[in-house]
Amino acid sequence: MSQRLCLPLPEAPGAAAAGGKAASLGELTRAGLRVPPGFVVTTGAFAAAMAVIDPDGRRRAGIGALSPDDLAAITATAGQFRERVTAAALPAPVAAAITAAYAGLAADAPPGGATQAGGGPLVAVRSSATMEDSAEASFAGLQGTYLAIRDTRGVLDAVRRCWASLYSDESVAYRRRGGLPEPPAAMAVVVQVMVSPRAAGVMFTRSPVTGDRSVVAIEATWGLGSVLVSGDVTPDSFTVSKVTGEITARRICPKAITHSLIHNETGPRVTETPAARRDQPCLTDDEIRALATVAGPVEARFGTPQDIEWAVLGGDAPAADRVVLLQSRPETAWAARDAARKAPVATPRRRAADHVLSLFARPL
Amino acid sequence: MANDGPAPSAAEPSAASGFPLPSQIADVPGAEGWRDMYRYFTRFQPEDDQRFWFYNSMHFPEPMPAFDTITAELPYSAIGANTARLFVFPTTLGIEHRIVNGRVYITANPVLDPGEVERRSEQFGPRAGYYFEHWDELYEGWKDRMRALIAEIEAIEVPELTEWEPAEVVFQALGVAQNHYLRENFHKVLALYSRMWHHHTEMLMLGYGAYVVFFQFCTQAFPEVSDQAVARMVAGIDVIMYRPDDELRRLARLAVDLGVDDLFAEGTAAGDVVAALRDRGEAGLAWLSELDKARDPWFHVSTGDGFYHHHLSWNDDLTVPFAALAGYVTAVRAGTLQARPTAQLLRERDRIATGYRELLASDEERAAFDQMLGLCRLVFPFVEDHKFYCEHHFTTRFFQKVKAFGALLARQGVIGQADDVFHLHHTEIDQALSDVSLAWAAGSPPLGGRHFPSIIAERKRMLEVLRDWSPPPALGPVPEALNDPAVRMLWGVTQERVEQWLRPDADELHGVAASPGVVEGIARVLADVSQIGDLREGEILVAPVTAPSWAPVFAKIKAAVSDIGGAMSHAAIVAREYGMPAVVGTGDATKRIRTGDTIAVNGDRGTVRVIESR
Repeated sequence: MSQRLCLPLPEAPGAAAAGGKAASLGELTRAGLRVPPGFVVTTGAFAAAMAVIDPDGRRRAGIGALSPDDLAAITATAGQFRERVTAAALPAPVAAAITAAYAGLAADAPPGGATQAGGGPLVAVRSSATMEDSAEASFAGLQGTYLAIRDTRGVLDAVRRCWASLYSDESVAYRRRGGLPEPPAAMAVVVQVMVSPRAAGVMFTRSPVTGDRSVVAIEATWGLGSVLVSGDVTPDSFTVSKVTGEITARRICPKAITHSLIHNETGPRVTETPAARRDQPCLTDDEIRALATVAGPVEARFGTPQDIEWAVLGGDAPAADRVVLLQSRPETAWAARDAARKAPVATPRRRAADHVLSLFARPL
Repeated sequence: MANDGPAPSAAEPSAASGFPLPSQIADVPGAEGWRDMYRYFTRFQPEDDQRFWFYNSMHFPEPMPAFDTITAELPYSAIGANTARLFVFPTTLGIEHRIVNGRVYITANPVLDPGEVERRSEQFGPRAGYYFEHWDELYEGWKDRMRALIAEIEAIEVPELTEWEPAEVVFQALGVAQNHYLRENFHKVLALYSRMWHHHTEMLMLGYGAYVVFFQFCTQAFPEVSDQAVARMVAGIDVIMYRPDDELRRLARLAVDLGVDDLFAEGTAAGDVVAALRDRGEAGLAWLSELDKARDPWFHVSTGDGFYHHHLSWNDDLTVPFAALAGYVTAVRAGTLQARPTAQLLRERDRIATGYRELLASDEERAAFDQMLGLCRLVFPFVEDHKFYCEHHFTTRFFQKVKAFGALLARQGVIGQADDVFHLHHTEIDQALSDVSLAWAAGSPPLGGRHFPSIIAERKRMLEVLRDWSPPPALGPVPEALNDPAVRMLWGVTQERVEQWLRPDADELHGVAASPGVVEGIARVLADVSQIGDLREGEILVAPVTAPSWAPVFAKIKAAVSDIGGAMSHAAIVAREYGMPAVVGTGDATKRIRTGDTIAVNGDRGTVRVIESR
């Protein structure tokens, strides 16, 4: 086998072998940005597993032959295949590689990283699909994410469930509707040490509302960012000018629910936010500015506006040292609108004064 | 005269707009005679009910004394002449103003007919283009003319009305007696003020136009850019309006160098400090001679914005500069008095402009951006500095001169004291001067002493009553589109602003977001800068307007709120340099907030909220 089965994030290769999520995390770590340690289970590991589960590809070809309109058949066939994926024993080299990589994480758990008494670190196991960005974006939430996994067995299970999520009813239906080939591009998996943040959320390196590229838009809530995906909370939102660094807008919302990481519990714990904190801004101005400061280099690294998941750790260190990045992916909605835009805002004129003359030649 | 207005009636909002009609504004009980203070051409007419008017709280936040209406009459004569007839702005004629219950309401006359806009455009292009093309040399000439105008008003003499003419009038065969100059010289004061306003608007409307174009471009390219960020790309650094404060810093350093700094103790009256300096021998006299140099022209700076006679200058009352000097002397001793970091501010301005420029989508847009920003930076020295020449230096001299005529009338027994003259309309002062002229010539006493004092007493009383009236922010039906560029440009009256007026929130004030940040604290409401001694460290300043004479205050406060001003106003610029939140142009913050109230200033959104009333 020419491909390595597991690679630490700083060595994560491109999306074809590591999936989009792991590839971008690799890019962030190589750019010197703070990312919790982790490793990627490559598409090579996925292929090795498939070589056991569906050696001649017949089962997957069968899924590819399903009609997009026959939901009952999709449910039945995809469900059967998912069961095979999650039940099959992992090929020994794959299991060994994952086990070793997970053991390696315990050695360098980060500040703020969650460990547990006598065990390995708590990790998040997330699928890292190799499909193009827009498709991946539209799958957001469909593919597997398993939080607060606490031991080797849990990690191995979660990896298989991530693989299986490639065959969720929704994913299969999506591919059938789009006429995409089956077997599809493979699935990699990211295993990453979890942090126990004071606050977390997402930020966009351009305004999601207006497309303005001169601002960073931050959405934030107390504790783990997973509460935002669950939709239980309207986050605080802040707008920061990339150019002046000023916080130009802020909206504080009641954040009734908090997800937090509890040692020796699998999955985040869901609690009601204490009343005193509910309506308080979950980020200080220093933290807001520290996040915005990180956004620029991330955007520059990828060359296009990004949608970034982040967390801010507690503690007394300067805000800039408490920001960690959990994911970055290209912003797609405004990119499409930009491409469709025809007219520039203004074009140069013969004389500078002609701009003023034309303003007053028509009502505003 | 008191009966030619609409009959008093309860003000009901007109159903269509939500704002009352002008004809529905009731007289304020106890001030039913307000019409007597103002001329017929400022009165609302029945047909004015069809038009949309807004209260110009930016320039006229208080009820108008009769004389002070000249600060509406002549500016609007000049602005309208400039836009409608001089440069022939295609889409706008001039501004009309009306006074009701002492408050100034204005409306713009737009040009709506496309054919007419086209016809005016043909005139506007070459006329405005000429000024933009020759801006710098025209501005140099402008400054010369303005200096000449200031010299002229300073030179005007108020006749002494001595018992006999000086002998040279006979022996030089001058042939004209002093009483003639009573009215001639008074008319000259008014004429110079009118001239000043024509020059004020001469280049300003075009200058604002350049800014509006750049501002619009920035908000289209960057929909979430703050007003302040746009202002910072354009703002001048070496601005003449900083000179008065710079002079105080220089004098403070000099006091320490000369070893006379011990005389500048906090709380000592200006007169006592000056007397003590005179007794301090050579060092004291050396300092005083530097003070005299600084006073002309740099102390001819208004403690307001020049729209009311009680906006005095530092030279009128040395309390303000000497209060600041005490603080600066202390800072010099502590080694904490720093010069404005102009080089750093300049780098910051260029860094911001470069930052936005790089984010533009194409080289084409960058080329347009360069043109517009270049034009703004060309016109901005005028836009920023004209105020020193016009509203400060000239206007404080103007009011001093009118007051000198008031002193003459008081000596002649026509009015009680010099300041009473500001309760007479300039046409009434003209009458009083005729009276004095005739009486002096005839050798009899003037009759004005039987006529004016009761009128003045009644007007003073009414102004106090009118002070408590809350003027509606607008009157009449809201037009479908508020599209007059001049109105948007000068007063920031937009659809959003009007909608805010229609949904008033008792505890929230809206203004211009002048400097970002959110802060909560105790309010200190200062009616004018002479009260700066009351201000405590860490309070939030709430003031009618802040002029450069207020600069020393900013070292003490944690946020600033004003009734008057825009994103380019003095308070805004200084607050940004100090990095403190500021909301300006709220209209009536000094009325709605009281000292001791806990308030939240949101410099991002331009709002001020009263959290807890004292």
